[in-house]
Amino acid sequence: MVRASYPGVADLDSGSVIRLENVSKSFPTSTRPALDDVDVNIEKGEFVFLVGSSGSGKSTFLRLLLKEEVPTQGRVHVAGKDLARLSNWKVPALRRSIGCVFQDFRLLPNKTVFQNVAFALEVIGKPRHTIDQVVPEVLDLVGLDGKSQRMPDELSGGEQQRVAVARAFVNRPMILIADEPTGNLDPSTSVGIMKLLDRINRTGTTVVMATHDAAIVDSMRRRVVELSQGKVVRDQVRGVYGYGA
Amino acid sequence: MRAQFILSEIGVGLRRNITLTIATVVTVAISLTLVGLGLLVRDQVSTMKGYWYDKVEVTVYLCGQTSTSPTCAGKEVTQDQRQQLATDLQATPQVKRVFYESKAEAFTRFKEQFKDSPDLVANVSADALPESFRVKLADPRKFEVVASAFRDRPGVDTVQDQKKLLENFFNVLNVFQKVALIVAAFQLVASVLLVSNTIRVAAFSRRRETGIMRLVGASNLYIQLPFLLEGALAGLLGGALAGGLVALGKYELIDQQLRPRIKFTNFVGWDSVLGIIPLLVVTGVVLSSTASFVTLRRHLRV
Repeated sequence: MVRASYPGVADLDSGSVIRLENVSKSFPTSTRPALDDVDVNIEKGEFVFLVGSSGSGKSTFLRLLLKEEVPTQGRVHVAGKDLARLSNWKVPALRRSIGCVFQDFRLLPNKTVFQNVAFALEVIGKPRHTIDQVVPEVLDLVGLDGKSQRMPDELSGGEQQRVAVARAFVNRPMILIADEPTGNLDPSTSVGIMKLLDRINRTGTTVVMATHDAAIVDSMRRRVVELSQGKVVRDQVRGVYGYGA
Repeated sequence: MRAQFILSEIGVGLRRNITLTIATVVTVAISLTLVGLGLLVRDQVSTMKGYWYDKVEVTVYLCGQTSTSPTCAGKEVTQDQRQQLATDLQATPQVKRVFYESKAEAFTRFKEQFKDSPDLVANVSADALPESFRVKLADPRKFEVVASAFRDRPGVDTVQDQKKLLENFFNVLNVFQKVALIVAAFQLVASVLLVSNTIRVAAFSRRRETGIMRLVGASNLYIQLPFLLEGALAGLLGGALAGGLVALGKYELIDQQLRPRIKFTNFVGWDSVLGIIPLLVVTGVVLSSTASFVTLRRHLRV
């Protein structure tokens, strides 16, 4: 197993944004654990690809970070918080520090682009004048200026995913989680989304992206964590999608 | 801004499944109306008790020519017996006042009471009605003490407690009240289930929104409040509707129909209705909010 080496990781807790220590997760419906003794440390500002076949545990990994699941064993630290000790009423605060993007965009079809992004701020109680200020800024950042009054079904897939990224990023989270964000997009559109995620990463946001897209992983040359049957089988600093790819 | 957001969410939610909302409101209203009617009957009974128990008397009928009870032995009450009874009644501690009503007085009262039925009066001769002692008790519940002391005395035909007559009537009202409350209980169960179902459908139809809210870190309160208020609003409307129906029922049935016709008793007043309406509204709100809350705990994972 190849491990990325970080000098003095143990001493550098302050730089660690996500840390899984010997995490296992079993579901009662399955004999094989979804995650098996996973040990991963992700530093602030990193861009990490999570690769592996379907059922390798990528989604469980991401759900643990949001405390949508709790590990059967081991500890999960996110944004300096031990999630096992995080009481339920503090989970929303955790999720405000994590933005999420999905393969299926998950936009609200009856709201405009602006309203979709604004929704993320409205529901956490941000005042109107803040919303009116930051939503156009983030739409500008994702390259959707001028389309703020469109409805989602009037946009292309790539544009819809940009709205989703804008919604995930509008609250300036510390971490951006992307679960196969290019899974529904053609290769050239995917490149645009990856450029956008790269730009967001450069603002200091830690990005964790689960993907099947070998071409993207190979072209980006970022850290790659490969899961197989719930175990970390590879962790490379500047990896490619698979050996010999 | 927060309030405006939540209000618009409620509006959207209520409009989205308007048929179910109407069904919920109507069911809540019907069940609470029945509760209200049950309470109104209870108030009516206590109003009547207060009115009548103050007036009821124990009547000690004295033997007349037609008396058949063994204590009379087929003879009319004698002057001595009458005198003795009057003295003893007055000496009984449970007795407050004693009036003597002669046959002539009884006949006069009878004529007055049935002046609308001259045929009936014509068929009754002046000395057919028994003479009696009308006894007012200090405590109307102490009837049995007095009755047992005088029932077997010579010259006494029967001892009648007017309260007993009233109680038959009250029993009918009590049964009516119980039936209303039992039906109301079933209806309330139905309305709780319907509220719960409405909220479940609402939560399901907005699962996309709530999913995103969860994801971006909206607090539980923020996610659940629109649903809770939706349930509470349905309960409020149902309760208010029930209050209106109870008030309408009191006006139409009691004030318009019964009061002009039945003169012998009084009826519940508006104060009783005004006491019942807030109770119905509060019950509606509390019941449907609770039902919503419990449903959300099960169907809106946070």
